Amino acid sequence: MTSTTSLTEAAVLTQPTTVAPRRRVRLTPGRVTGQVLLYATLALLAIVYIYPFLVQVATSLKTEQEAALDPVSLIPQTFTTAAYERLFLHSDFPLWFVNSTVVTIVVTLGRVFFVSLAGYALARLRFRGRGVVFALVVAVMAVPTVVLLIPKFLVLNQLGLYDSYAGMILPLLVDAAGVFIMKNFFESIPASVEEQARIDGAGTFRVFWSIVLPMARPALITIVILSFQGSWNELSHFIVSTQSPELTTLTKGVASLASGQLSQGTQYPLKLAAAAIMTIPVAVLFFIFQRRIMNTSEGAVKG
Amino acid sequence: MTSTVAPVATPTPPSSPRRSRSRGTRRGEATAGWLFVLPVILILGTFLLIPVLMALWVSFSDWTGRGSPLSPSVGFVGLDNYAAITTEGGLPTRDFGIALRNNAWYVLLVVPLQTILALTLAVLVSRRILRGRGFLRTAFYFPSVTSSVAITVLWLFLFSFAGPVNAIIGSLGGDGPNWFNDPRGIVHVALGKVGLSAGPDWLTGGQFLGISGWEWLAGPSVAMSALVLMAVFTTSGTFMLLFIAALQNIGYELTEAGMMDGANGWQRFRHITLPQLRPTLFTVITLGLIGCWQVFDQIYTGTQGGPAKTTVTPAYLSYTAAFQNQNWGIGAAIAFILFLIIIVFTLLQRWVLRDRPVSRRRIRAYQPRTARTRLPAEEATR
Repeated sequence: MTSTTSLTEAAVLTQPTTVAPRRRVRLTPGRVTGQVLLYATLALLAIVYIYPFLVQVATSLKTEQEAALDPVSLIPQTFTTAAYERLFLHSDFPLWFVNSTVVTIVVTLGRVFFVSLAGYALARLRFRGRGVVFALVVAVMAVPTVVLLIPKFLVLNQLGLYDSYAGMILPLLVDAAGVFIMKNFFESIPASVEEQARIDGAGTFRVFWSIVLPMARPALITIVILSFQGSWNELSHFIVSTQSPELTTLTKGVASLASGQLSQGTQYPLKLAAAAIMTIPVAVLFFIFQRRIMNTSEGAVKG
Repeated sequence: MTSTVAPVATPTPPSSPRRSRSRGTRRGEATAGWLFVLPVILILGTFLLIPVLMALWVSFSDWTGRGSPLSPSVGFVGLDNYAAITTEGGLPTRDFGIALRNNAWYVLLVVPLQTILALTLAVLVSRRILRGRGFLRTAFYFPSVTSSVAITVLWLFLFSFAGPVNAIIGSLGGDGPNWFNDPRGIVHVALGKVGLSAGPDWLTGGQFLGISGWEWLAGPSVAMSALVLMAVFTTSGTFMLLFIAALQNIGYELTEAGMMDGANGWQRFRHITLPQLRPTLFTVITLGLIGCWQVFDQIYTGTQGGPAKTTVTPAYLSYTAAFQNQNWGIGAAIAFILFLIIIVFTLLQRWVLRDRPVSRRRIRAYQPRTARTRLPAEEATR
């Protein structure tokens, strides 16, 4: 799923903004009714989209009985953090969190570096076979991830990387869609600055590292968002690349919680607490770069 | 995808004097170029191309998961694995048929629903005068950034028998089903309501992929319907952003002209805005189709294919066949058929939404006189 969704989001993240002209509209009775209807619809939709997350947090703070008896209310009658205590003090949850964090940070850093390196070469450097390499990148983007479950396992097993950090990280370290995004970006910025540095005697890597990369900040932010979100939320790759409990990531761990391995009974507060915590890092990232992602005409950052 | 992308690959050739000079100063350029793309080639090659070729071999072999699939003891069995899931009519065929049916219904519901909802949301929050626009966009997009595992856990709670959804249905006077434990197809349930509980003979008799026509038409199970709602909930935000971006790029002039001509809101949307959204619509539907045939995380986390196999999808079946039942050849064969399905749908979609050529006479009718006379000249300069 990664490549298609990341392309969607990349398209969104790199969209230029045009502000539609505002016009004064006179208020007639028909218009007032229309406006009331519009806002009522929007309010209802907003509730449908937000309520699930509110009830999730609320339920994670309820006792098990209350979660079963009164699932709808947003305010726990007996407020308890038992679910969180259990997760952090009496389960492997902290280990999962650390594993996910390590993998996500390494993958994000690696992708930013390798993807921009390749994107720069494909956009700017002239070498034989460049067209073939780019065609390969585009072809790879079209391969759906779920089709790769068995193949990835086969190769990791063959290379002796199965059930290791290397096996978890290496295959995620490069992302074809990212190369594509960076190449497009580098083609959109003028080459004159680099030419100047080159004439001053700087080597190709130096030009790339200290002149081109700093200019590519908006595109790099896009890559960071996509890589972080992609690797933090990745599940299928970790299922086929690891089996030992020490290498379990949050997605794999919480999925095992969901199918009821740690629990008797429904344990909804516990499961929902785990799901809520694993949402936090992505949510934080989302709110940091919100204006960039949402691209609202009130305050868009130029891409 | 290649065709749309290819033109970008060839950059405009720089002017000749610069080129000759830079050739002199950039001697190491080719080496640097290869060094820069080397990590990407190595990783994509090792973890994408080689694996696909290996899996293709496994799909034609009798490998049982022990040792290396490339060892000489593994035999070539031709199309046996493919035959086992398509023509032999045994349990693997039936399982594959069920998985295809489940996923087909899923696609049939999710793609139109998510497209319409995303478009509706985009149009609503793109109004030029709207309070709380940023807040609304955030609210609608937020489900898209959360992980499929976290959302599935939340969904299992929301749609549990005594969960919030049923509580709300109950307070409205309804009677909610036992969502994730209900294997009944919703088409069968609806037909049952009007007294039709068994299919006619011509439907129950014939079989395709080990399943009768009546079973094919069962509709998604109640459990699958809950997953359909989840998919719509989580993807509508992403696609809404695509539509918003497209709406922003549409010039306001045409809409204004429509207003002058007295077109009402719906007419302006239907005949002015919608045709201009065509490329985005194509993108959204294609991405939706591709995504929907890849349902895996939700099934692995939530239902494990139950109840009564009604949420098994080809992707999940491929996984269980290989990793749990050690039928690696069959698992790989399913994956490649799935690959084929996804490609076919992409091509089909492209063909359906292609720009049909307008006849010359009709084009002329739309061109002002001056433009028409200038046309041959323009042609010549190209």
